[in-house]
Amino acid sequence: MAQIRIQNVRKEFGAFTAVQSSSFTVEDGEFFMLLGPSGCGKTTTLRMMAGLELPTSGEIYIDGEEVGMKPASQRDIAFVFQMFALYPHMNVRKNISYPLLSQGMSRAEAKTRVEEVARILKIENILDRPVGGLSGGDRQRVALGRAIVRRPKAFFMDEPLGALDAEFREHMAEELRALHDRIGATTVYVTHDQLEAMQMGDKIVVMNHGVVEQFGKPQDIYDWPATKFVAKFIGSPAMNFFDFDGMIGIGSNAIELSGHRVTVPLSRQGASGKLTLGVRPEHIRFSDASAYRGRVLATEYLGTTQIVTMATPNGEIKARTPAKQSVTSGEIIGLEFDPQTLTIFDDMKGQALLSEANERVLRHG
Amino acid sequence: MSSYSVTEPSVRQKWAAGTLVVVYALITILPLLWIIATSFKSPSDAIAYPPKTVFQPTLEGYVNLFTTRTRATEQDLKELGEPNTWYDRIVRKDGFIIAGPSRFMERFSNSMIIGFGSTVLCIVLGTAAAYAFSRFKVPLKDDLLFFILSTRMMPPIAVAIPIFLMFRSLGLNDTHAGMILLYTAVNLSLAVWLLKGFIDEIPIEYEEAALIDGYTRFQAFYKVVLPQAMTGIASTAIFCLIFAWNEYAFAVLLTSGTAQTAPPFIPTIIGVGGQDWPAVAAGATLFLVPVMIFTIVLRKHLLRGITFGAVRK
Repeated sequence: MAQIRIQNVRKEFGAFTAVQSSSFTVEDGEFFMLLGPSGCGKTTTLRMMAGLELPTSGEIYIDGEEVGMKPASQRDIAFVFQMFALYPHMNVRKNISYPLLSQGMSRAEAKTRVEEVARILKIENILDRPVGGLSGGDRQRVALGRAIVRRPKAFFMDEPLGALDAEFREHMAEELRALHDRIGATTVYVTHDQLEAMQMGDKIVVMNHGVVEQFGKPQDIYDWPATKFVAKFIGSPAMNFFDFDGMIGIGSNAIELSGHRVTVPLSRQGASGKLTLGVRPEHIRFSDASAYRGRVLATEYLGTTQIVTMATPNGEIKARTPAKQSVTSGEIIGLEFDPQTLTIFDDMKGQALLSEANERVLRHG
Repeated sequence: MSSYSVTEPSVRQKWAAGTLVVVYALITILPLLWIIATSFKSPSDAIAYPPKTVFQPTLEGYVNLFTTRTRATEQDLKELGEPNTWYDRIVRKDGFIIAGPSRFMERFSNSMIIGFGSTVLCIVLGTAAAYAFSRFKVPLKDDLLFFILSTRMMPPIAVAIPIFLMFRSLGLNDTHAGMILLYTAVNLSLAVWLLKGFIDEIPIEYEEAALIDGYTRFQAFYKVVLPQAMTGIASTAIFCLIFAWNEYAFAVLLTSGTAQTAPPFIPTIIGVGGQDWPAVAAGATLFLVPVMIFTIVLRKHLLRGITFGAVRK
């Protein structure tokens, strides 16, 4: 098991830059998520870590050793592909034992290892079946088996649940996480699904256009997004943006939103001009005392909560409120924000301004 | 359950399709059956008019194909006594004796060596080239592929004279090596294009999985890609063999003795007193056999491709 360190890694395909100078560290034993929309460079980053793609520049350290230019076969890692890539001309047993035979392990030893893995994954009964007829879940387990049988330094997974149907995904995600907790291997997992990333990851890297936008624990990223992109990408419904023209000084703890004073965390960074106030839907409360008002456009009932879409002087927003609270379309309601959860973004740069509340999260990364 | 379905053909459509296939099969197979029937006829039955469909089968054609014979007087025949083999008997009935073996076996084995030799060479080179074109960044890839294809755009015989002159100065005239090289050169473009298509279809993830599993690229190629490409390789091999096996024009032009293949030889089997049709038919029938066996052996590979399904697309 190993720590993986990515340092200023960059990848160009001709004139196109897939990954721009990225750096982050995956600690030993971590379940690490590479998250981003399609085309953001997350898969390319993973493939560079695995040795399937060579970086244009930068260094990749696995277990302290620089492996950037080493072929995949010499990195002692395992890779789970989205389409599984089980060898179609071999049965399940052969598929799982294939990586062992390349290391010159004896057949008897390989057999015991395969059976041990099959027991962990509960696939003993299909070991002698051809892979062609297996269900999606079983193929997924075989692909995992082929990865863990070698006890590699790290696991790389490229949207391994992407090919499964929704119902089964949930189940497999739990299984994967349980498997990780059991064997404690460093795992890097690529996904475009923010829920999957939040649900399974110890840490998340959010990428966009080949740039690492933010990297940290799921909760930190959710609560204190470093950029507007992250704020929009993580969470469903996404963080609300109240666009306004104004200013905030260092040490100030209030902004003026369409003529109303809104208390925000003590600012550590000043800015003026086009700014955006970011508020998570669950941090909006209805309060008749508030002078800042919005008109209800629609409600979506979700059981314990409801999503209320509203028109405000600063654009359309969504609030998550308890389902019991009755609201009707067209109603005008006063809005209050939970002051210690607010983030202000510089609209031009798309960056969050440092404040007393988010500096702990944003300073280190 | 409705009797009408959009995807399933109706009973009438099935019948129509079936009839069409049977009629087409009959049309294509009839000349073949006629050749096979003729090979078992006596020379007089073979040229009888109206043509005979019911006749007394004889192996005379095959005996004549494999032997050379001379006419013997009745005196000679008497002195020789009773024929001691079945083929002697057939020959003597017409007043001939066997003088020796014909050259058919040599020509036939030439065909085997040249046909299979060029096919193997073509597949080896074609697979390697197709893999490279499919997987690697080859400078000017599209131009090269077009150039390779363009060699197919004219009938190969158009370059017969330059090739003849070239072979003469290289000493390749009438040699096995020369013919193998020639047929390989002609077939290679087809092989590269066909195989590239098949290899393109194989997801690159299989090789990547093998690379990560600790195999070298070459191991990944022959342990993972090759088994999957078998369908393509088999069908390409059949195409290459059929071309090399049936090729006539170059064989007439470039071979005369040691390396002559069966196609130019078969029509030259001339009997005494006119063309010996049963012998020609026997030669043609035997000539069909290797290609038929080859195709039947590889047939299962042609069908197997469909049943693979370890990839979810």
